[in-house]
Amino acid sequence: MLRLWRKVRQVGTVAEPAPPSGGRVGPAVELAGSVQVRHVDAGSCNGCEVEIGSAFGPVYDAERYGARLVASPRHADVLLVTGPVTRNMHRALRRTYDAVPAPKVVVAVGDCARNCGVFAGAYGVAGAVADVVPVDLDVPGCPPRPEAIVAALRTLTGR
Amino acid sequence: MNLVAAGLVGAVVVAVAAATAALLVPRPARSAVVGVGTVLCGASGMAAGIVALTGPGWSAAVAGLLPLTGVVLSVDALSGVFLSVIGAVGIAVGIYGIGYARHGLDGRGVQAMEPLFVAAMLLVPAAGGVGTFLVCWELMALTSLLLVLAEHTRRVEVASAARWYAVMTHLGFVAILIGLVVLAGHADNDSFPALRVAAAGLSPATAGLVFTLTLVGFASKAGILPLHAWLPRAHPEAPSHVSALMSAAMVTLGVYGIVRVGFDLLGGGSRWWWLLVLALGAVSAVYGILQAAIGTDLKRLLAYSTTENMGLVLIGVGAGGLFAAAGNMLLAGLALTAALLHVVNHAAFKTLLFLAAGSVLHATGSRDLDDLGGLRPRMPVTTAAFGLGALAGSALPLGPAFVSEWLLLQALVHGLAAGGMATAIMMPIAVATVALTAGLAVATFVKAFGVGFLARPRSEHAAAARESPPSMLAGMGVAAAVCVVLAVAPVLVLPVIGAASGRVFGVADPVLSGLLAVRLQGFTGSLSPLLVAAAVVFATVVFAVAARLIAARHRARVAARLWDCGAGPLSARMEYTATSFAEPLQRVFDNVLRPEHDVDITHYRESRYLVDAVSYRLRVPDRVEHRLYRPVLSAVRAWGRAGPRLANGSVHLYLGYGFAVVCGALLLLVVTR
Amino acid sequence: MSLAGVLSALLQIALVTVGSPLLVGVMRQIRARLEGRAGAGVLQPWRDLRKLARKQPVTPRGTSEVFRVAPLLMLATTVAVVAVAPFVTTASVPAAGADLFVVVALLTLGAAALALAGLDTGTAFGGMGASREITILALVEPTLLVAIFALSVPVGSTNLADIVTSTLHDPGRTITPASLLAAVALGLAVVAETGRLPVDNPSTHLELTMIHEAMVLEYAGPDLAMVELASAMRLSVFLGLWATLFAPWGIAADAGVGALALGTGVLVVKVTALGAALAAGEVFLAKLRLFRVPELLAGSFVLALLAVVASFFFA
Repeated sequence: MLRLWRKVRQVGTVAEPAPPSGGRVGPAVELAGSVQVRHVDAGSCNGCEVEIGSAFGPVYDAERYGARLVASPRHADVLLVTGPVTRNMHRALRRTYDAVPAPKVVVAVGDCARNCGVFAGAYGVAGAVADVVPVDLDVPGCPPRPEAIVAALRTLTGR
Repeated sequence: MNLVAAGLVGAVVVAVAAATAALLVPRPARSAVVGVGTVLCGASGMAAGIVALTGPGWSAAVAGLLPLTGVVLSVDALSGVFLSVIGAVGIAVGIYGIGYARHGLDGRGVQAMEPLFVAAMLLVPAAGGVGTFLVCWELMALTSLLLVLAEHTRRVEVASAARWYAVMTHLGFVAILIGLVVLAGHADNDSFPALRVAAAGLSPATAGLVFTLTLVGFASKAGILPLHAWLPRAHPEAPSHVSALMSAAMVTLGVYGIVRVGFDLLGGGSRWWWLLVLALGAVSAVYGILQAAIGTDLKRLLAYSTTENMGLVLIGVGAGGLFAAAGNMLLAGLALTAALLHVVNHAAFKTLLFLAAGSVLHATGSRDLDDLGGLRPRMPVTTAAFGLGALAGSALPLGPAFVSEWLLLQALVHGLAAGGMATAIMMPIAVATVALTAGLAVATFVKAFGVGFLARPRSEHAAAARESPPSMLAGMGVAAAVCVVLAVAPVLVLPVIGAASGRVFGVADPVLSGLLAVRLQGFTGSLSPLLVAAAVVFATVVFAVAARLIAARHRARVAARLWDCGAGPLSARMEYTATSFAEPLQRVFDNVLRPEHDVDITHYRESRYLVDAVSYRLRVPDRVEHRLYRPVLSAVRAWGRAGPRLANGSVHLYLGYGFAVVCGALLLLVVTR
Repeated sequence: MSLAGVLSALLQIALVTVGSPLLVGVMRQIRARLEGRAGAGVLQPWRDLRKLARKQPVTPRGTSEVFRVAPLLMLATTVAVVAVAPFVTTASVPAAGADLFVVVALLTLGAAALALAGLDTGTAFGGMGASREITILALVEPTLLVAIFALSVPVGSTNLADIVTSTLHDPGRTITPASLLAAVALGLAVVAETGRLPVDNPSTHLELTMIHEAMVLEYAGPDLAMVELASAMRLSVFLGLWATLFAPWGIAADAGVGALALGTGVLVVKVTALGAALAAGEVFLAKLRLFRVPELLAGSFVLALLAVVASFFFA
């Protein structure tokens, strides 16, 4: 316990300084600085998941802008969808989208989510995220950098 | 003629008339006639009880009715409490029975027994002599036994349950009989006043023997451990309105007996009596609610809850005896008030719960919680009734039982310093028992209500359930109304109950009850059930309105499918069942409950590495029954088997027995004379 | 109950309602800082609540009134407790008294209502959360009541105001063995009741490890806002009760403006300090396995029983 305490004191704050905010526009007006995020893996290779993990880790700390991961789409405002939508996840993604109470925003994270990426045309892929649910925001990259994910979330929190 | 007498005579006359009518009236009208008769019988019994509570007592002796002793009746305030409770339960059950009987329970015998059972129960607390008491007690046992047997042609379990009930109740009867006869042997006659005089001159050992024997008998009637075994058998198998009568009214007469004999006839006695009562109560309360918490049979669960509640009552009675033995009569009165109020409250909510359970059984044909669920849209009134009963049964605020448990806790808290080391050790244990019981009761009733009535149906029977007929709903309505009144305005009953228990110890009412607050006499402590209820209801309404106003400014409410993690629709098999709900508790109390697990693995014939089917069975047997009853039963059986060896048909041997017995008797005479 | 009493009760309600989300914010912020994060700020829980209130209310199909009423009842019972508890001033306590048994039972009622709502959804997670919550609730109850017993024995009353007044007159009472043991026992009970580590992890995302969160997975929008607000208020109430019982200094004896201001300030400081200690402690703790939790609770129960024994023999 003492060792942990020493570690806490040694490390201090590791979060990087926040870049300036873009202010509240679009959906951010109604969400007003609070965004609950439900992450849906629609068939990703888990590259994007690693980056999302970093985005919510101590260094990028997306939570400081008011974004928080939650366990149920009922609690969520934002769906963070990764990967091409596989046939198995097609219906599940649609249902997750239906379960989110309005106002809701879908963020497609990574190239696969935007246009199926390297998996385009594969037999198990039903399409890009936009083919299944209306997408409001794209985060390009394969995988996208955590900064990009955090920046996308900040346009929603407006902080 | 005194009003009490008029009420009692009226009750008996109505009951006999209704029973006769049941034998004569044709089937379609029979249940209605009997129902009305039972209601009237209950009402006049209740009226007699209320008159006895508020006015002076009444007593009478009718010489010719019974051989040797005649009938001695005497009604005081203590009897009044029980008369009112039994009468009130009779009213609700009578109304309910009209509709309930339509389902195969309108045979002549069963219908005739119902009003007779109520009348027999009413006579028990009115009895004023040993002979009368025992006759009424036996009458009550017999009528209830016949009612338990009502459905024996339909289910085999009924006969076994009735056999258990018959044996246990008669063993209890024998214990009471011996105890009271020993006491009466020292008195001029068998009337209670004569016994009181005689008890003053008894040696402590004899008094202790009398008390222990009667305690055994009365505890077996009250479903107290370890004599509770008949209760979880007979209650589920009896028709539900009979279960209500038995559980809400009949078992409380066990408490009546303990109070009457212990405090009134024997005059308090020594401390160990009441330590014993308190310990029995504590063990019963915890064990009963633990079995209820993990049980899945709705009516069995309620039966175990009765054991729990009677345990709580006995904690109050035992604490009262302890305080009285230490000379603190005011505190003793408080503890007894708590116990008697709990008797009243328990009668109200247990009637409601059993009637609602009967309604469910009637609609679905199942008592197994794992098969139920989804009854809210199908049976709204029954669901509401059971919900109210569950709130009461879990002893939470807004329910009636909270008031009595609060009084009980207050008596225990203030009793710590009341008398000596034994009290100081017992009180924390008693408080811990009440607390554990309260916690587990919440778990029990959240399970019973949440699994049994909410969510989606777990079987086809539950899905096809329909609301019960109006007379059954009306019966539940009466019980529910009494529950609500007792919860918010205990002031209506508390003064008379307090006065009745105060009189037992020769003190004034230990509780000062007003409309707004219940206060303790001589101690700091006050509770306001009405204000608490009003505050919670008011705050709920305020928040509901505020939430609606805020939400209306933004978006309208929509219905949506359940969140099923994106998979297909949730099937009923994915719901939590009563078994799974109680599983954590069962694990926590593994050492107490000792559940039995059976795992059967069937392999393919070709290879034992390939599993064809795995079947898993979990049973939580009643451990007391296993450990206590089985050895006794097998000993009895072994004894019975030894019989044929003695009687092998040889006349010489039989003559030899006769010779040996005569010689033995003569030798005995030589030694003793 | 005087007008001043009503006003101070309203003050307490307002204070706890406004302050509870801030307390949660402070606790999250402290955790974030200790974990090397920047943190979302103290106001974040209020932002969340504001947004949730604007979201679309959803009634899942197949749920009944129980599901709708449970958050209201949870809020209402908590508010009823806040109204009568002597957090800021003993003058807020109505004549009928704020009995500790009533307070505990009211809070239990709210929790039981939410457990019923969890069962009402008919989802596996709802049932699981309800089952676990109720198990813990049933096991915490003995600790709570026996600890109350220990505290009320020296005072001769279970009334909160009496206990506070008597402790203020005799401050040495808080360092008697009975009081210290009861403090530890009640502390553990508070941790369990409010679903903090090591009993429950309030920030978990994994359904299988959830207790409280699993029950509320179906709530959305304003209903969820009420559940969150009620949970935050329960946390403040439990911490406030603990502070009131074991450190009653600063609680006003009347309803004068100066005394009320002082009482408010002291309450805020006490509850914030307790919350901060709890949050900081959580950084060093891992969640216990569900079936190890009863051992912890049994331990707290034994402490409570020892407290009663101590209150009798060392009085």
